[in-house]
Amino acid sequence: MPKRPMTPLTLSAYTLVTANGRGVGAVSQALRGRRSGLTPCDFEDVLLKTYIGRVAGLEEFSLGHDLEPFDCRNNRLAWLGLQQDGFMVAVAEAKQRYGADRIAVVMGTSTSGILETEHAYRNRDPLTGSLPPWYTSRYRYTHNMFSLGHFVRACVGLQGPAMVISTACSSSAKVFATAARFLQAGLCDAAIVGGVDSLCHTTLYGFSALQLLSTSPCRPCDEDRDGLSLGEAAGYVLLESSERVGRKGAIALLGYGESSDGYHMSHPHPEGAGAIRAIRQSLDRAGLQPPNIDYINLHGTATRANDSVEDKAVYSIFGDGPACSSTKGWTGHTLGAAGVTEAVIATLCLKQGFIPGTLNCERVDPTLRSRILRENEDRPIRRVVSNIFGFGGNNCSLVLGAL
Amino acid sequence: MQVGILGVGLLAAGLDGWVTGREVLAGKRPFDPRTLPDPDASLLPANERRRSSDCVRWAVQVAQEAMAQSGLDPQEVATVFASSGGEMEVLDKLCRALATTERVVSPTLFHQSVHNTAAGYWGIATSCQQSSTALSCYDDSCAAGLLEAVTYACVEECPVLFVVYDLPAPAPLSGARPIASAFAAALVLTPSVSQALAIADVTLTAAAGRDVSHAFSQEFERLRLDNPAARLLPVLQALAMERRATINLNLLDDQRLIVEVKSCRH
Repeated sequence: MPKRPMTPLTLSAYTLVTANGRGVGAVSQALRGRRSGLTPCDFEDVLLKTYIGRVAGLEEFSLGHDLEPFDCRNNRLAWLGLQQDGFMVAVAEAKQRYGADRIAVVMGTSTSGILETEHAYRNRDPLTGSLPPWYTSRYRYTHNMFSLGHFVRACVGLQGPAMVISTACSSSAKVFATAARFLQAGLCDAAIVGGVDSLCHTTLYGFSALQLLSTSPCRPCDEDRDGLSLGEAAGYVLLESSERVGRKGAIALLGYGESSDGYHMSHPHPEGAGAIRAIRQSLDRAGLQPPNIDYINLHGTATRANDSVEDKAVYSIFGDGPACSSTKGWTGHTLGAAGVTEAVIATLCLKQGFIPGTLNCERVDPTLRSRILRENEDRPIRRVVSNIFGFGGNNCSLVLGAL
Repeated sequence: MQVGILGVGLLAAGLDGWVTGREVLAGKRPFDPRTLPDPDASLLPANERRRSSDCVRWAVQVAQEAMAQSGLDPQEVATVFASSGGEMEVLDKLCRALATTERVVSPTLFHQSVHNTAAGYWGIATSCQQSSTALSCYDDSCAAGLLEAVTYACVEECPVLFVVYDLPAPAPLSGARPIASAFAAALVLTPSVSQALAIADVTLTAAAGRDVSHAFSQEFERLRLDNPAARLLPVLQALAMERRATINLNLLDDQRLIVEVKSCRH
């Protein structure tokens, strides 16, 4: 357990691209207008009967000359994300303030550019079985796990420490924790954190094999929920010490908690032991108690087991106090990008005084005991907990709030 | 940042465990890279060990060796697993299956494809519920992982198990990422230096150009360059020789992780 509360870190810039559109304006309009980004699966030649949250337009462009080796679906999405909401301008200003070598890049992804490898395997040389040269020379820049970190660092021209965290779905939540430690240790003065995950055959067929894909748009917390919908997203946040840039009302990272279940690779601990540990730690680091939390953005993937276990964990800490909802009905489960997707959504909620109700949840599963919100609510909120739990029983909770 | 090193794990051709491997690294035993280790990773439950990839067994083997030496309870120790490519063997099998018309993917194979598979299996084997991170930084994954682990130990003020590993990819993926031989190593790090085998002072500095430390002896230099995880070799050699050394680990083109190692045995 943390020895003392952490120093809050200001989210001095943030941006998000999901199936709901490009930039936080598109995301908040979809949330408020209750328009889902999920559509019947039309990804490449995939014939699975499922819904996906596909970002429009990724097939139609490729990265420009300088960035050409990085060209793959994941980095196209990464690039698109960087262009929204004035994020590049904010980074350029931070570079002026601190120097390029004093800004860290900590990215999260689960599958990186594996789609390129999938394509390459279909194009193996029929005689030798070897992969095509267009692929082998670019593995480093596309499929390798660090590709995203390399790409973002190159795009924005930074020279500080960088890495890619890949802990399945918790990846781009854990980047906030790593960046917070780097700032605390004085390794950098600011950090770009975020995550990008894009649709690929590995996850579509993989989750299908696990029988976890819903045949309809996912219905988190609904009594008839039958699985998740996969989505894709790119999100970024510029984190800086609140003491240096904080203004009253600015949104800040107040706490984080990280844990493992130590239980099973693809099933959560039945009592949510790891989830409870992560949530409690995030509250401790924020110096807050459960009644201080106004809203909980659930991991809420809409699989039967995950929603139930998360409910147990949340209820055991918070009772039926705070409003809880899942936003997966809008975006789908964006896997390694889920952490930053939901952190940015939580930030929008804090900024706008708004809580999204759980889209596609027609009747809340009566066995769930937390206060699951179905309809949107307009009211000021000050503190949000965002939960992300992943394969390998890897959990992360973030506390965000207004300074 | 200063950390104590409480335990070491090692596995490579000719370096089968820290107990004998340290003597080889110190020049007290001959180095024979023709002897290939076959890690039993005995901490894994039998059914998990049977299903797990070589990668998982190598990572778990060095982790359990380092933990045993440290005397700490694995349930009390957070973990940082660093690997450039992670489960390349699993990814090859998955991509082969996806290239067929049926595209039948094994559910077990799919959940073993994530970068944190070894970390997840370690957590299951030990019932550890502490924080666990899995990361990559291509050729500099070792330096990035060590930076994450040392920072974690110092900021969170608790012990950390650092594991770094990479195994050669099977063909045809090996054509895209040639890694000649397997390497895995682990260090148990604590923010306190009492009881430590050695102390490491770690600093991050900006520096231009690629200028990296070499292994102390030529025979290990090829191994160091063959595998991104083996970039830890100069640190391990300093520990084996119980001598004071300053090692510059490359972190991308413009950062260095400077590791000053001092033995506590004298």
